[in-house]
Amino acid sequence: MSDATAPDDTIPESSPDSALAAVLAAAKRSDFGLVVLTLGLIYIGATLLTFTDGLNSVVGLLRTLTFLGLVYALSALALNLHWGYTGLFNIGVAGFMAVAVYTMGIVVRSPDPAFGPPGFGLPLPVGIVAGMAMASLFGLVAALPALRLRADYFAIVTLGISEIIRLALQSSTFDTALRETLGVGTGGGRGMGMPQNPVRGLFLVDGRAGDPTALGAAVFGTLGEGGLGISNNILIGWGYIIVLAVFVVAFYVLLERLGRSPFGRMLKAIREDELVADSLGKNVDLIKIKVFMIGCALMGLAGILWFGSQGNVSPSPQFEPILTFYIFVAVIIGGSGSNTGSVLGGIVFAAVLFEGPRRVGAVLRDTIDAPTPPTFGDAVAAADPVGLLAYATDNIAPLQFVLLGMVLIFIMHRRPQGLLGDRIETAAAVDLTRREGGERDE
Amino acid sequence: MGSIDLPSLAALRERPGLAVVVAIGLLLCVDLLAKLAGLRLGPLGGSLSVARLGSNLWNGLVIGLVIGLAGIGLSMTYSILNFANFSHGDLVSTGAFTGWGVAFLIAAAGSQPLGALVTVRDAGDVTPGAIGAHVLSTPGAIIAGLLAAFVITALVSLAVDRAFYKPMRDRGSIALLITSVGVALVVRYLIQFVYGADRRGITASIDGDTIAAPLGVSVTAHQLTIAVAAIALMVAMHYTLQRTKLGTAMRAMADNKDLALITGIPAERVVAATWILGGGLAGASGYLYVLLRGTIQFDFGWSLLLLIFAAVILGGIGSIYGAIAGGLVIGLVFTTSTVWISSDFNSAAAFAVMILVLLLRPEGLFGGVSTA
Repeated sequence: MSDATAPDDTIPESSPDSALAAVLAAAKRSDFGLVVLTLGLIYIGATLLTFTDGLNSVVGLLRTLTFLGLVYALSALALNLHWGYTGLFNIGVAGFMAVAVYTMGIVVRSPDPAFGPPGFGLPLPVGIVAGMAMASLFGLVAALPALRLRADYFAIVTLGISEIIRLALQSSTFDTALRETLGVGTGGGRGMGMPQNPVRGLFLVDGRAGDPTALGAAVFGTLGEGGLGISNNILIGWGYIIVLAVFVVAFYVLLERLGRSPFGRMLKAIREDELVADSLGKNVDLIKIKVFMIGCALMGLAGILWFGSQGNVSPSPQFEPILTFYIFVAVIIGGSGSNTGSVLGGIVFAAVLFEGPRRVGAVLRDTIDAPTPPTFGDAVAAADPVGLLAYATDNIAPLQFVLLGMVLIFIMHRRPQGLLGDRIETAAAVDLTRREGGERDE
Repeated sequence: MGSIDLPSLAALRERPGLAVVVAIGLLLCVDLLAKLAGLRLGPLGGSLSVARLGSNLWNGLVIGLVIGLAGIGLSMTYSILNFANFSHGDLVSTGAFTGWGVAFLIAAAGSQPLGALVTVRDAGDVTPGAIGAHVLSTPGAIIAGLLAAFVITALVSLAVDRAFYKPMRDRGSIALLITSVGVALVVRYLIQFVYGADRRGITASIDGDTIAAPLGVSVTAHQLTIAVAAIALMVAMHYTLQRTKLGTAMRAMADNKDLALITGIPAERVVAATWILGGGLAGASGYLYVLLRGTIQFDFGWSLLLLIFAAVILGGIGSIYGAIAGGLVIGLVFTTSTVWISSDFNSAAAFAVMILVLLLRPEGLFGGVSTA
């Protein structure tokens, strides 16, 4: 996805009328610019929504939006390898993430059962690698037999596996069995506390609030409570966002390199026509298994960076199938097959569809000066549009899912290729559209 | 688990995976017999009362009938419209909520506030006991609710088809599948918006609810109602498909769409009939499931969906008899698996059986006879 291949069908050919159009045109030409521009627009919207509450709220909201945008971008990139590149319709993403996050937790947690479910007490990097390896192993177990199936059967099998994983992690029987055999535990339905985020250790000595390191003291002094008044936790959150951004870039570069390698061309060939790839002597099954394992490892890493950084995880609601569908929506919005699209889709999904509606709903609710009816029935019975509006804005969560479903349907109807799906990479290494003359069939 | 039809030994030797599954199935059967006899054969055996096994089997049968009923619709849309409909579970919930609204209205219209009845106890402060919905005390209301669940869900599925699926008739199965995930979200969360998110009790409890107890297995009035209603609907479905012109057209569409179109079968009318019958049965099964469980929650249909898929896949996609049989197998696995494993894993056991069947016999247990 170099600068030269940017589509210009939506860009006016004539000179831009305004400065804004010029910026838009420039951003469309560069992928990085496009991502920054999208983030900028989201930041402007979020700032307008919260600026009356002070700087701390604005920075806090921007932190939440950026965090979600980046973790969804990471997950969407990993899923894009399965679906966009190879055409594997994997809807068990939540399960593979859960495997990685729980493995990481078990490997790193203290062996002392006094602090909750015991673990092996190994260093964090070992845990992360073990988590990725375990997710990849589960991917192998799932892929070995299932890849022979039709796409929709394959989808149902992966969904079934992810539910089996979730039910096992949820189960107290499984927890007890693990404690008796390996001496480690999952915590069952109550979940498991995650190891301390090392980024917090950069700012605070041993992660203790009120005991900053030299770096922490400098940052907190200028931007934090000693300076601009932004809360220390939000600043530490921004520190972690820098780490996430580095990982997004790393995922992106890795997938771009992979996509252009001979291996990547085979993936796209399988996506376009499996039979042809097979007939040309490629070992389709082996390639599919390899790519499935790589994708699961990346999903695992994305899961660790996401849920492993959040203090506590539990199988429900965090690893329910809806998580997989969120990530799918992110990939579909961006356009499957396009890595820039996946990053963009993740950011747009997190801000506009996931976090946006509830924030807008809360702001709208504050402007309505009426008590909220306790139920929809009461709201309708009162026959008062203000009361109905108050009920709707107070119960924005279900409406948000309705919106999400409508967007998904709309995209599938009107723009199945997504925002940037028109950039889907063809399987061929050379540009087929530029072929002039040349010999045809004999 | 042991119900895979017995292939010849030669076939077993060719397919080691199948051989392993058959061996495990036989082992479980031996273990079950030893447990019933109270014998201990090394790691096998133990103790299990006939009453417990009997009640597991009976409960499995009842759940299986409900899942099979829901599976008929899923199987029909899968074979006639050619996609896995992920919004089917939420049609099940739609039927449950609308049907119970009507049942409550008829059971207690005069004595309780209407708002509480129509919203299935979301609004107002009415207990299930005060409404008193039970098949022994208000049989008319329960039957009217079942009919309403069928009719309203049929209309909802028809409307959903017109709005969302009709513009995409010529698209691939994965595009339709993704759209159906979107539809599932819309339907499920509209239900939550209207009826609220909390789980609540529905049926009243009545003395003398257990009407028979052969071999110590208690058979409640509601279980019997569900069995009778489900079997009646299945028989009605059988006659519709086998004896009416519409049914023949539907089977033809499922069997070979192009051939059916060439012979002049009105495709859109068949599709509409598919949604009416399949959606209606889904709604009826959701209503019956709530009658069985006694509680309702906005997303129970979604959590049932994978079990329904398991039933349909087990029986072979496209066959309604397969879906019914698959539902019974899944129901029995669901309840009898607790003999060996913790009840935390009974859904997992059903999913595992589904995955095994997909891997070993993707055409379904009953050999892919697609008679619709």
